Amino acid sequence: MNISKRETDNLEPVAGNGLINRRALLGRGVLIAGAAATGAGSSITGAAAEPLAVDPWSLKIGSPIPAYETPAKYEKHVVRTLTNPNNEPRTSNGRTPHHLLNGTITPNGVHFVVSRTGFPDIDPEKHRLVIHGLVKQPKVFTLESLARYPMESHIRFVECGGNSAPLYNKDPIQANVQAIHGLVSCSEWTGVKLSTLLEETGIDPKATWFLAEGADGPSMNRSIPLAKALDDAMIALYQNGERINPSQGYPMRLLLPGYEGNMSVKWLHRIKLVEAPVMAINETMQYTMRIEGQKSWQFYYPQEVKSFITHPSPGLMLKGPGYYEISGLAYSGNGRIAKVMVSADGGKSYAEAALQGPVHSKALTRFRMPWRWDGQPVVLQSRAWDEAGNFQPTREQLIAERGAPKVNVPAVAFPMGHMNVITSWAIDGKGEAKHVYA
Amino acid sequence: MSTRNGLAIIAALALATNAALAADAPGLGQSVTEADLALWDMTVGPDGEGLPAGSGTPAQGKAVYEQKCESCHGKEAGGGRSASLVSTKDRTVTNYVPHATTIFDFTRRAMPWQQPKSLTNDEVYAVTAYLLSLAKIIGENDVMNAETLPKVRMPNRDGFVSKYPEKR
Repeated sequence: MNISKRETDNLEPVAGNGLINRRALLGRGVLIAGAAATGAGSSITGAAAEPLAVDPWSLKIGSPIPAYETPAKYEKHVVRTLTNPNNEPRTSNGRTPHHLLNGTITPNGVHFVVSRTGFPDIDPEKHRLVIHGLVKQPKVFTLESLARYPMESHIRFVECGGNSAPLYNKDPIQANVQAIHGLVSCSEWTGVKLSTLLEETGIDPKATWFLAEGADGPSMNRSIPLAKALDDAMIALYQNGERINPSQGYPMRLLLPGYEGNMSVKWLHRIKLVEAPVMAINETMQYTMRIEGQKSWQFYYPQEVKSFITHPSPGLMLKGPGYYEISGLAYSGNGRIAKVMVSADGGKSYAEAALQGPVHSKALTRFRMPWRWDGQPVVLQSRAWDEAGNFQPTREQLIAERGAPKVNVPAVAFPMGHMNVITSWAIDGKGEAKHVYA
Repeated sequence: MSTRNGLAIIAALALATNAALAADAPGLGQSVTEADLALWDMTVGPDGEGLPAGSGTPAQGKAVYEQKCESCHGKEAGGGRSASLVSTKDRTVTNYVPHATTIFDFTRRAMPWQQPKSLTNDEVYAVTAYLLSLAKIIGENDVMNAETLPKVRMPNRDGFVSKYPEKR
């Protein structure tokens, strides 16, 4: 199913349940400003405020500036949720609180993490990156030497292949954006293109894959098509301007833009060019997908086009009828986001959201949609298209391809990989958002 | 990037040698030999390439398992704090892993959880043999080594379809 150009044009002026055309809003904004200037007032500008007193913090000096600053003390709830805070013998997940963030760049401290045994304490002076196997000349690189290579910076998302997996539950899981979609984050990554280093080692023509391995305790490894190495793979050294965080692979990680996150091997210390996949555990057990009535899917790399609404969303109560901005995140492992459509009536009608530019390839893209809520129950949805023409499937479409789920699992489980279906939030008359299938 | 572009770049790079490095290339990597990397290169392929010398039997593996693995994975690998390794309800050695070499590779590089890479190659072969025996894929007296392990036919060997390069 697709939405035709004619249909989207027809939806443009306004869609059901209070979605406001952006141009109409702009026009009305000018009128409001004019009315305020003449003191006429209007119900649309809200209730009158009390006279304002001078605040106590305006009457004394402030705190000394710290050498490394953390967010305000009132923001201590803006943190990752942790599945394994005591580092017991199982995987640890930390999820990004997208409902408490805005913009498109994820702060380093709340970037999502999936880790098998925690993060290693690596001495950057002693860390080495080796490139060997089917090359002309194996080479070893220090961090100091890599710092002298030509670098590039790119804004790119990283997403776990299991992000959004709870959407495959039989019944809609009652969880928030962080629990459902918190295994995706976006940063400006700076580093050296892998192809630059392969120019130095040379490539044996027999090589068609490469193995990437981390220096962490379990030495996690993946096989990756060599074509990706020569396309946009990077040895990332910096994340949002600073050295990448320990749980993100300090002092260096592989970055494979658009591909499922575990392939962007953290604590990268070895690349081996090979003729065929090595069938590592992360490509034969984890990160394969069992499909009803079919063979299991293996080597499914791109994180396909997806979007979800972060504001409003479960846990963020609407405080009565009136104006709100619906906003959320859209992204595609296949390129740039081309369009995001938003619905307030469960998909019966859609309006095109504004995309916050510049829109980067394989990056989180913020979409915004003005909305006037009349206080009645609504169902909010977003649906994204990428520049390659891919669009987000409905849940029904995905299930038709992969089979219907039979069970419900907790939010921390992964019943299906590469889930990119439309997410629906039902807002009740009190302004509370719940996850629903619509 | 199109595959054609990728192949063109591969071909171009294949022609490049150290001597031919452009004058503006950094060239700061130090040359190293494969022999220098012997301790680092743990890669084991599904055809057995990279498997080390050594061997082990299910009985030897049972002793290692009970001492170093059972506290997490449970009696006879039936599950405990960590997943079962042989249950037919989950993805396990019994019903999912397509290559026996993967069991050896992962155990050697990542297990036991608290002390990765602490098992000897004989112990890794033995634990691998024990798990394959519990899963009834090999006999109780079968010896696993670099020759025999890659020849083990896993029940789910043909259970996968590759989504690459359909999706790339």
